[in-house]
Amino acid sequence: MGRPAIRWRFLRHRLVLGGGLVLLVLGLLSLSAPLGETLLGLDGDQVNLLQRLQEPSAHHWLGTDELGRDVLLRLLYGGRVSLLVGLVGAVVAAIIGTGIGLLAGYLGGRWDTLLMRITDGVIALPLLPLLIVLAAVDLQKLGLPANLIQAETVSLYRIIIIVALFGWTQVARLVRGATLSVRERDFILAARSIGAGPLRIMAVHILPNVTSPIIIATSLSVGHIILLESVLSFLGLGIQPPLPSWGNMLSHAQEMLWSAPWLAIYPGALIFITVMACNFLGDGLQDALDPRSQSSG
Amino acid sequence: MVRLVFNRLLQALIVLLLMSFAVYGLMGLMPGDPIDLMISADPSLSSADAQHLKALYGLDQPIVERWFHWLISSLSGNLGYSRLYAAPVWEILQPALGNSLLLLGGSFLLSLAIALPAGVFAALKPASMRDYCINSLAFAGVAIPTFWLGLMLIALFAVTLGWLPAGGTGRLQAADWWDRLDYLVLPVVTLTIANLASHTRFLRGAMLEVLRQDYIRTARAKGASTRRIVFKHALRNALIPVVTVLALEFGALFSGALVTETVFAWPGVGKLIYDAILGNDFNLALLALLLATAMTLLGNLLADLAYAWLDPRIQYR
Repeated sequence: MGRPAIRWRFLRHRLVLGGGLVLLVLGLLSLSAPLGETLLGLDGDQVNLLQRLQEPSAHHWLGTDELGRDVLLRLLYGGRVSLLVGLVGAVVAAIIGTGIGLLAGYLGGRWDTLLMRITDGVIALPLLPLLIVLAAVDLQKLGLPANLIQAETVSLYRIIIIVALFGWTQVARLVRGATLSVRERDFILAARSIGAGPLRIMAVHILPNVTSPIIIATSLSVGHIILLESVLSFLGLGIQPPLPSWGNMLSHAQEMLWSAPWLAIYPGALIFITVMACNFLGDGLQDALDPRSQSSG
Repeated sequence: MVRLVFNRLLQALIVLLLMSFAVYGLMGLMPGDPIDLMISADPSLSSADAQHLKALYGLDQPIVERWFHWLISSLSGNLGYSRLYAAPVWEILQPALGNSLLLLGGSFLLSLAIALPAGVFAALKPASMRDYCINSLAFAGVAIPTFWLGLMLIALFAVTLGWLPAGGTGRLQAADWWDRLDYLVLPVVTLTIANLASHTRFLRGAMLEVLRQDYIRTARAKGASTRRIVFKHALRNALIPVVTVLALEFGALFSGALVTETVFAWPGVGKLIYDAILGNDFNLALLALLLATAMTLLGNLLADLAYAWLDPRIQYR
C-alpha cells in the first residue's frame, strides 16, 4: 500500500523492539534487587517507623512507605513477583489450553463439542467476582498441610493457579482451530497408518505444527495476567504482604493519597509500562509469526 | 430460530446450575462459617453447643444435600437474609442495581460518543499518522490498570485541585439527582477510559471491514462523496458489531464495574459482591454472583440474536 504502509510497519517493529527492551530492563532490574540493597546500604524488608512516608531524598531515592520501608527496593522486589506471576501464569494457562485444544481438535466429534462448550462456558463467566471467591477460599478447609499454608510464598502459587484456571480459553480455541487443519494433512495419515497412537500423533506430529498460535496467545496473555494479579492484590486478595507486588503496594496508597500521593504513582506506572510492553511484543510476534493476520495493522 | 433460543436458554440453565453448585461449595470453603460467627459473638458457647447448632441448621449434612435444600428454598422465593445488612437480600440488591445502571449507562454513552468518531476517523485513512496516534492511545488505554487510573484521578481532581468529591454517592442533604451529579463524574470518566480503548479498536476494525466491501467501491465509482459513503453506506453496517458490544456490556452490568465501584465507594452491584464475599455474607454473595452470571449469559444470547436480526446474511442452524 505504498509509503504509509512501510512507515507503519517500521514503526511497529520499533515498538516491538522497544517493548522487548523495556521488559528486559525491568526483568534485569528486578533480578538485581539484592544488589541494589547493598549499593544503597538498605534492607528492603526493614520496617522503620521513625522514617515513615518520607519524600524522595538522596538516601531513599523514591521515598519511604507507611512503614518506613524504601519504596525503590520494594518496587524492585515487587517487580520480581509481578513478572513471575505473569510469565508462569501465562505458561501454565498455555499448557492447559494446548492440551484441551489438541484433544478437541484431534478427537473431534462429541469430545470437540463437549470441550468447546466448556470453553464457551468459562469465557461467559463473570471473571473478576469468581477470581475473588477463589482467592478468598480458606486453604485450611481444603485440607492442605499447615506448614505449606503458613509459607510466605503460598499466595504466589495460589494466584498463579487461579489465573491459569481461567486464562486458558484463548489458547485452547486457537490450538483447536490449528489442529483441525493440521489433522487433515497427509503426514498425519501416514503416521496413523504405521500404527502411531492418538497421544503420539498429538504430541509428536501435531504439537510442533501449532506452536505459532500458542506463542502468540501466550505472549498476549502475559500482560492480561499481570493486570489481573495487580487488581486482586490491590483488593487485598492476591499477593499477601509482606511479600510485595505492584498491586498490593497500591492497596494502602488510597488512604495515603492526601499525605503521600507519590506512593500511588510508581507501582501503577510500572504495571502500565509492563503491560503495554507485553502487548506490543505479543502484537509484533503475531505480525511476524502469522503473516495472514492483518487484524491490528 | 425458536429452537436456537430454546437450546441456548437450556444451555445457560445448565451452566447456572453448575455455577450455583460450584459457588455454593466454594462459599463453604471460605474462612468463617455461620456457626463460627455465632460463637465469636457469644463466648459462653461450648464446642458441644457448636455441634448442636450445626445439626440444628443442617450444617453437618453433606454439601450436595445442603446445596439442594438451598436450591429448593431459593426457587420457592425464599432467598434468605443478608448478614451484613440485616435485610432480605433482594431488598439490598435492588438499589445497587440502579446505581450500577447509572454508572455503566453513563460511561457507555460517553465512551461511544468518543469511540464512534475516533474509530471512523482512524479507519478512513488506515496506516496514516492519525490512525497511528489513535491506535497508540487505544493501546495505552488497554494496558492502564483501572484502579490506578481511578487513584490518579482522585489524586488530581479531589486531592490537589479539590474540584470533585473523591468517592461516595452524594451529600446527606442532597435533594435531587443533579445535586449528586459531581459524584458521578470521576467514576464515569474512569470507567469510560477503561472501555474507550476497546470500543475504539472495535469500531475501527468494523469500519475497515465494511470499507473493503464491493458496495463501497460501487458507491465510490458512481461518484458519491466521502461524507455520503461514510454516513449512508458504511456506518450503518459498521454499527452492527457495536450492538453486539452493547448486549455483552449489558451482561457485564452486574460485575463489570467492580474495581471502579470499589475505588470510588460507589454502592453498585460490583462493590456489593466484593463486600459480601469479604464480609462472609453468604446469601448475598451467592445470589449476586449467580445473577451476575445469569446476566452475562443472557447478554451473550442477546448479542447473538441482535446480530442475526440486524444482519440477514447470518443464519443460525
